[in-house]
Amino acid sequence: MKNKLSRFAVPYVVWMALFVVIPILMIVVYAFTSADGTPTLDNFARIGEYFPVFVRSFKLALIATLVCLLIGYPLACALAREGARFQRVAMMLIMLPMWMNFLLRTYAWMSILENTGLLNRLFGAIGLFDLINSLFGTDIEYFKMINTQGAVVLGMVYNFLPFMVLPIYSVIVKLDQKLIEAARDLGADGVTVFRRVTLPLSLPGVLSGITMVFVPAVSTFAISQLLGGGQQLLLGNLIEMQFKGAAYNPQLGSAVALVMMVIVVICMTVMNRFGEGEEQAVIL
Amino acid sequence: MRTKPSIWNRLFIGLVFLFLYAPIFVLIVFSFNASNSRSIWAGFSLHWYVELFQDQQILDALYTTLAVSLLAALIATVAGTFSAIGFYNMRRRWRTPLMTINNIPMVNADIVTGVSLCLFFVAAFGLWEQAASWLNDTLGTALPERLYLGFGTMLIAHIMFNIPYVILSVMPKLRQMDKNLVDAAQDLGCTWMQAFWKVVVPEIKPGIVNGLLIAFTMSVDDFVISYFTAGSSTANLAMRIYAMTKKRISPEVNAVSTLLFVAVLTLLIIINVREARQEKAEARRASL
Repeated sequence: MKNKLSRFAVPYVVWMALFVVIPILMIVVYAFTSADGTPTLDNFARIGEYFPVFVRSFKLALIATLVCLLIGYPLACALAREGARFQRVAMMLIMLPMWMNFLLRTYAWMSILENTGLLNRLFGAIGLFDLINSLFGTDIEYFKMINTQGAVVLGMVYNFLPFMVLPIYSVIVKLDQKLIEAARDLGADGVTVFRRVTLPLSLPGVLSGITMVFVPAVSTFAISQLLGGGQQLLLGNLIEMQFKGAAYNPQLGSAVALVMMVIVVICMTVMNRFGEGEEQAVIL
Repeated sequence: MRTKPSIWNRLFIGLVFLFLYAPIFVLIVFSFNASNSRSIWAGFSLHWYVELFQDQQILDALYTTLAVSLLAALIATVAGTFSAIGFYNMRRRWRTPLMTINNIPMVNADIVTGVSLCLFFVAAFGLWEQAASWLNDTLGTALPERLYLGFGTMLIAHIMFNIPYVILSVMPKLRQMDKNLVDAAQDLGCTWMQAFWKVVVPEIKPGIVNGLLIAFTMSVDDFVISYFTAGSSTANLAMRIYAMTKKRISPEVNAVSTLLFVAVLTLLIIINVREARQEKAEARRASL
């Protein structure tokens, strides 16, 4: 009987070969060929020119992931402390923005952060600029917030924060309260309980949260386009330009995508190794 | 011993929610703006809602978004459920590598998935062109020789990234199921097909429904993969919005997203109230 039911997966295996495996292999093939189809390593040589883009992408994605963790972890803990009804409503409210297209929510940040935007208007209305100008003798009319790296990081944090909160919350809410009580009974203070019990047990959630924030952040092109104003070029923008833009060059685009993919896979493997080690240490 | 949540707890949660909802609030408020400015308030008006229902481009994009999401979610749910059952009944030696491949679209960056499918479709169309022209010449058939990226390719891409989520939500339900149930049904005279419909499907139904919902949400929110696979003739709402951001976004988009937001909020409230009522009824039954 068992084998009969396993046949159900056959069409999907064929489908995966066609639409998952072959397309990825095509990226590899394109990355190693020139426009006329001869094998070459030129595409990778050209990547050197874009080294600053790689650095900027990984730097901004790393900062955004860190900020998400610093907000998301305490938020997950705070939510887990509330009553069941509160938690259900809060979870609903965290999921709800995902239904409103992320481009639109990012666009709303544009109108908040612009030089003549809502935030600068608010600062002007409460007399912040007058105060600063009279104190320092400067002549500023607005804070420059849009088209900066800070704005791009803000956009990343805003869009991907739910992906950090949800996995951490789902681990913390299932955490056995008796373990924490036991630790306290044995004389541990709050910090020790967190360091030795809560944190190690919630590590799987943290690791999957980091992955779910870092990967879309490092490869985004819409957020940097909208909030970076095209001045903060990221890897996503670089790839997009090679496939959809004026600089049509799918071979170079494939090479950039391939290198990005390999670096991400290496980072995730190392991180998960590190995570596994921690888990074992807890059991020991 | 659960300590009572402090006021700081609530304050922190409130601040984060303020951060999450501030832009949404701005969007909704400015959908009622009389002028087309996105930061200067010129008075209340329903102007943009009237405009919205006359803007064929946005209505088409909305229709495309809903059609692709609904079709992709339904097809992916059926395909994903059958595949999950198949994987579950497979030997471990085969299952482990296949599940790894299944996870690729979920962990891979969207842009890589989109770009790889774009390359694949273009290459496949090239092969098709050769095959079709050869067939047309030798057999006199009238097959279309040139194919283009469009609704079809976008639908395939959406099904492709939806199926892994369905499998992921059905699989745990299969593991929870008592294996002997299928054997028992067959001992009692069911064919394996009957056993499947009468025993397996009802057992894993919550996983299937959950998978359908996740798949639909993923499809509605997707921009990147659609952007690379839909070509220039078709556009979903996200692609239309992205094209607009390069020039100027019409507040009609604020209006359409306000309507969507209200629709989803209503739906979620109904679901939650129903769930709460069911729980209460169950608790009452248990106490009797």
